[in-house]
Amino acid sequence: MKRFNSLTEIRKEILSGNLTCETLVNYYLENINKKKHLNVFLEVYSEEALKEAKLIDAKLKNGTAGKLAGMVIGIKDVISHKGHGLQAASQILNGFEAQFNATVIDRLLREDAIIIGRQNCDEFAMGSSNENSSFGPVLNDADNTCVPGGSSGGSAVAVQADFCLASLGSDTGGSVRQPASFCGVIGLKPTYSRISRWGLVAYASSFDCIGIFTRSIEDNALLLEIIAGADDFDSTVSFKEVEQYSKGFPIPKKLKIGYLKEGIGNGVSASVKEKTLGSIAKLKAQGHDLHEVEIPFLDYILPVYYILTTAEASSNLSRFDGVRYGHRTKEQTDLLGMYKKSRAEGFGEEVKKRIMLGTFVLSASYYDAYYTKAQKVRRLIKDKTDELLAEFDFIIMPSAPTTAFKINQFSKDALAMYLADVFTVQANIAGIPAISIPNGVDSNGMPIGLQIISASFTENKLLSFSDYLLNLN
Amino acid sequence: MSIDKETIQKIAHLARLEFNEEKEAEMVKSMNRILDWMEVLNKVDTENVKPLTHMSAEVNVLRVDEIRPGLSHQEALLNAPKKDSDYFRVPKVLE
Repeated sequence: MKRFNSLTEIRKEILSGNLTCETLVNYYLENINKKKHLNVFLEVYSEEALKEAKLIDAKLKNGTAGKLAGMVIGIKDVISHKGHGLQAASQILNGFEAQFNATVIDRLLREDAIIIGRQNCDEFAMGSSNENSSFGPVLNDADNTCVPGGSSGGSAVAVQADFCLASLGSDTGGSVRQPASFCGVIGLKPTYSRISRWGLVAYASSFDCIGIFTRSIEDNALLLEIIAGADDFDSTVSFKEVEQYSKGFPIPKKLKIGYLKEGIGNGVSASVKEKTLGSIAKLKAQGHDLHEVEIPFLDYILPVYYILTTAEASSNLSRFDGVRYGHRTKEQTDLLGMYKKSRAEGFGEEVKKRIMLGTFVLSASYYDAYYTKAQKVRRLIKDKTDELLAEFDFIIMPSAPTTAFKINQFSKDALAMYLADVFTVQANIAGIPAISIPNGVDSNGMPIGLQIISASFTENKLLSFSDYLLNLN
Repeated sequence: MSIDKETIQKIAHLARLEFNEEKEAEMVKSMNRILDWMEVLNKVDTENVKPLTHMSAEVNVLRVDEIRPGLSHQEALLNAPKKDSDYFRVPKVLE
């Protein structure tokens, strides 16, 4: 079977009688089986997906099918799906079975999407390479010695390797956009609070966003339209009306576009720089108004991010105490010892380090020096970013300074890996939407991504511009 | 900023974690390195800047105070590592 790049293509085939959802699910299952070594899925729901496919085939025949009929989708192992395993790729949640559906899952299922399995990721979504999973690393399908990026590495590779048409991931500091870039697919992080976080395993609640991986902008727009919007179960979710992203937005003849100075600077690899300059040239050739911009406080973005996210993580992850769910130590000990040993045994090294850092920056003597200070700088960064995006329609830059790096390349130096998130983190600090779109490959055939950011709640414009840019050649 | 083994032990206790000596030494090293790197924020003048504490623009989201079904007793106990028919079981607290 040929590879499908959008739901429209699939629906056309179904309509013409050449394809059924059942055949399609079987096709994806075969692909998954052929490339098990990529370590993408923690669990594949083969039987269930096939059963669903038959039901949806029947619905398609009698005209009662939902908007996502024919869409086979994978879910990062941080999103709650009733009756299915959920463990954030951590041993501390070994054997956990979700008791309810995340809002996004309910909305997908209501429109007849087929969920094919849950995907490997960095433990509790903490990482930029998918090497922090307690189930081992995910491999990049373009080069198996390279990482897929992280933390939503499994979700990106699933779309890259044609294991499903789309994936849902989560993005706290770039965890959708950076793997999308490394794997040559589209990855959207919407505005903070655009999508309900109900049922998303919390990492850093003021940063966390559910994000969408697809091969086409139209699928991304359609999925966002369906999963976004007000929700009784998340008091932070935006009540703003959800636009009809799938209808698109007319792109004006002359846009004011900024390109990040550091995005074509010394810290960026030659091939990434070349492709980024290529995009700038293409847009100029179309008559758009392009300006170099500097992001204020760029040096402070990562420290602010790590102080605030570790603080929030230390609080969010305190619920894993071995009492109500998850791993409990086998050692005989008192209550306090049980907490400590269960947590020490269940969490991986990176997660423990972040809990420790977060506990430290929140501790009474250091709270103001680190935590409050970071919250203040966050406001400065957000205000400046909002100001810039009031002036520019879009700002473009590479999604990551390099293409996918080698497995184990940064295993001895976590800080060096943190620096790889320099371009993606700003969007989470400021809460703005951001997308990574494929922007060619380097000389080894490794994918390069271009990131586009825009003002809060302008996803419609952002998606349409992405589509426009992808079609500029 | 420089933190030592004692601080690590104190923080580990607060975080309900524990480390063996080797891991403790690693934690001292890597936390110091990261905290040093975070020091850069001291260069930013934040006089008269209010900390940004909430990212959502929604304020005071309230709902009607009505009884709605939550997780059933049985569902809530579903993932308990140790339970009896009604409760989560933990090691004895009172002597």
